[in-house]
Amino acid sequence: MLKLKNISYSVSDKKSKTEILKKIDFTFEDGLTYAITGPNGSGKSTLAKIIMGVIKPTSGEINYNGKNITALSPTDRANLGLSFAFQSPVRFKGLTVKDILELASGKENNLTETCHYLSAVGLCARDYLDRELDNKLSGGELKRIEIATALARNAALNIFDEPEAGIDIWSFDALVDIFSSLKNKKATNIIVSHQEKLLKKADVVIVLDNGNITKAGKPEEVLSTLAPSYCNKLRRND
Amino acid sequence: MELTKIDKDLLKQIADLHSVPQGAFNIRKNGQGLARSSSANIDIIPKGDKPGIDIVIKPNTINESVHIPVIITSGGIDDLVYNDFYIGDNSVVTIVAGCGIHNASDKKSSHNGIHAFKIGKNCKVTYIEKHLGIGNGAPKDLSPTTILNVGENSTFEMETVQIKGVNFAERKTTAYLSNNAHIVVKEKIKTDGKQKATTSFLINLDGKGSSAKVVSRSVAMDSSYQQFNSNLVGNNACFGHVECDGLICDNSRIVSIPQIDAKNSNAELIHEAQIGKIAGEQLVKLMTLGLTEKQAEEAIIKAYLK
Repeated sequence: MLKLKNISYSVSDKKSKTEILKKIDFTFEDGLTYAITGPNGSGKSTLAKIIMGVIKPTSGEINYNGKNITALSPTDRANLGLSFAFQSPVRFKGLTVKDILELASGKENNLTETCHYLSAVGLCARDYLDRELDNKLSGGELKRIEIATALARNAALNIFDEPEAGIDIWSFDALVDIFSSLKNKKATNIIVSHQEKLLKKADVVIVLDNGNITKAGKPEEVLSTLAPSYCNKLRRND
Repeated sequence: MELTKIDKDLLKQIADLHSVPQGAFNIRKNGQGLARSSSANIDIIPKGDKPGIDIVIKPNTINESVHIPVIITSGGIDDLVYNDFYIGDNSVVTIVAGCGIHNASDKKSSHNGIHAFKIGKNCKVTYIEKHLGIGNGAPKDLSPTTILNVGENSTFEMETVQIKGVNFAERKTTAYLSNNAHIVVKEKIKTDGKQKATTSFLINLDGKGSSAKVVSRSVAMDSSYQQFNSNLVGNNACFGHVECDGLICDNSRIVSIPQIDAKNSNAELIHEAQIGKIAGEQLVKLMTLGLTEKQAEEAIIKAYLK
C-alpha cells in the first residue's frame, strides 16, 4: 500500500512561488490499477516523479508498505519494489537494449525472457538486443524499450508516465494488453495518461487539476463528470 | 620459453593470449625478442639494421592471424621498434599487436612502436592494438605510430584500446587510401589521475570511392587530459566520417580538434564531436532500476567504452 500524506511541491524564484502540488492525500491500494489524468501542467508527472523519488516533495510524507520512504533515493525505492517508466526515455551511447534489460531485471536474461519483454512491445529481440540506446533509435522505438524495461523490473508497483506518448504506429491495443497482464500479476500500477481507452482500463481514475485531486473513482463515474473540453481532448488522443 | 606470471597476465590482457599462440607470432619482452614463429603463409623476419621485424603475408592468405605483442616488466627501459607489414593481394588476416608494461620500479619505462603497413589489393585486414600499464612505480609511457598504405578494394579495420595505467600516450596514425579502399577505426581511451593521452589521425582519401570512418570514445577522470586531433583530406570522390565522443568526470579535460579538407569537390567529409559529463538524467534512469549513483556511473562508463 502506498500512502501520500499532505504532499506539496512548489518551485520558487526571486520574484514568485508556484505551487505545483497542493497537499495531496491519497492511498493506492495493492493490486489495483490507477490512472492519473488531468490538463497539461496539472502536476501529474511531478506527482509520479515524487512517488519514485526522482523529485523530493517540498513537504508531506510518503509511506510504502508501512515504511516512510520520503527521504529515500530512487535506488532505495527501486529496491523496495517500485518501478518507473519515463515519459521521455533517456538515450545512452554504448548501452544496448540487452544491457538495459539486464540492469532492469538484475540478472542475465535468457533469450526466452528477452523475447518475452520485447515482443510485448512489438519488437523482435533478434533485431534489437544489440542495438544501442542512442540517437539511431527513433523516439517510438525508445519508448517501447522503456516499457519493456519496466516489464523486466517485474516490480510490485509500476509507475508509467504517459506510456502512450510517442508509441508511433505500434498497436495501441498492445499497450492495453500490457496493463491487463500487469493487473493479472497482482501488481499495483499507476499510469499517468491522457488516453481515454487506457483510463477506462483502470480500476480508479484520479483527476488532477491545478495541483489538487479533484475527483477519484471508477472510470465510468469519473469520466462522465469531466469538462466537455477535456473529454474532447481525451477522445482526440484515441 | 618460460613465461612468468606477470608475462602471462600482460599477454592475456593485451592480446587475449593464455599461452604461446599457434601460427605466426612474435613476442617481444624488455626490448628483446622472446619468442618467434612463422607459418606456411606468414613469415616473420627480424630486421638487420634496426630493432623490429618484417611481417610478410603471402597473397591469398585467408583467415589467418598474427600476434606480435610487446611486454615490458622492468623499469628504465626505453624500447623503440620498427615493424613493417607486407600483406599480399586477396588476403584476409587479423593482426593482434599491443603493449603491456608492468613497472614497479622508480625508473620510467616506455615503448614506441612504429608500424608501417603495405596492404595489397582486395584485402581485409583487422588490426587490434591494446595498451595497458600496471604497477605503482615510475611512469609507463606508450607512443604508437601507424602508417597505412591501403591498396585498391581493400579494407583496414583498426581497433585501438587504452585500457588503463598508461601515464603518457601519443598515438599517430597516417593513412593513404587507394581507389575503393576503406578504413574503419574504433578507438577507446580511458585516463585517470594525471595521465595524458593524445591521438592524431591524418587520413588521405586519395582514391576514387575511398572511405574512412573513425569513431573515438574516451573517458577522462580525475585531472587527466586527452586531446583528439583529426584531419581528413579528400583528394578524390570519397566519403569520410569522424565521430569523437568524450565523457569528462571530475576535473579532467578533453580537447577535440577537427579538420576536414575537401580538396576535391566530390569529397563528402563529416566531423562530429561531443564532449560532456555524464548526464544527470542518465544516472537517475539507472538509479530507478536499483543501481546506486556510483554503480550507475560505472555502468555508463563501461558501456561507453565497450
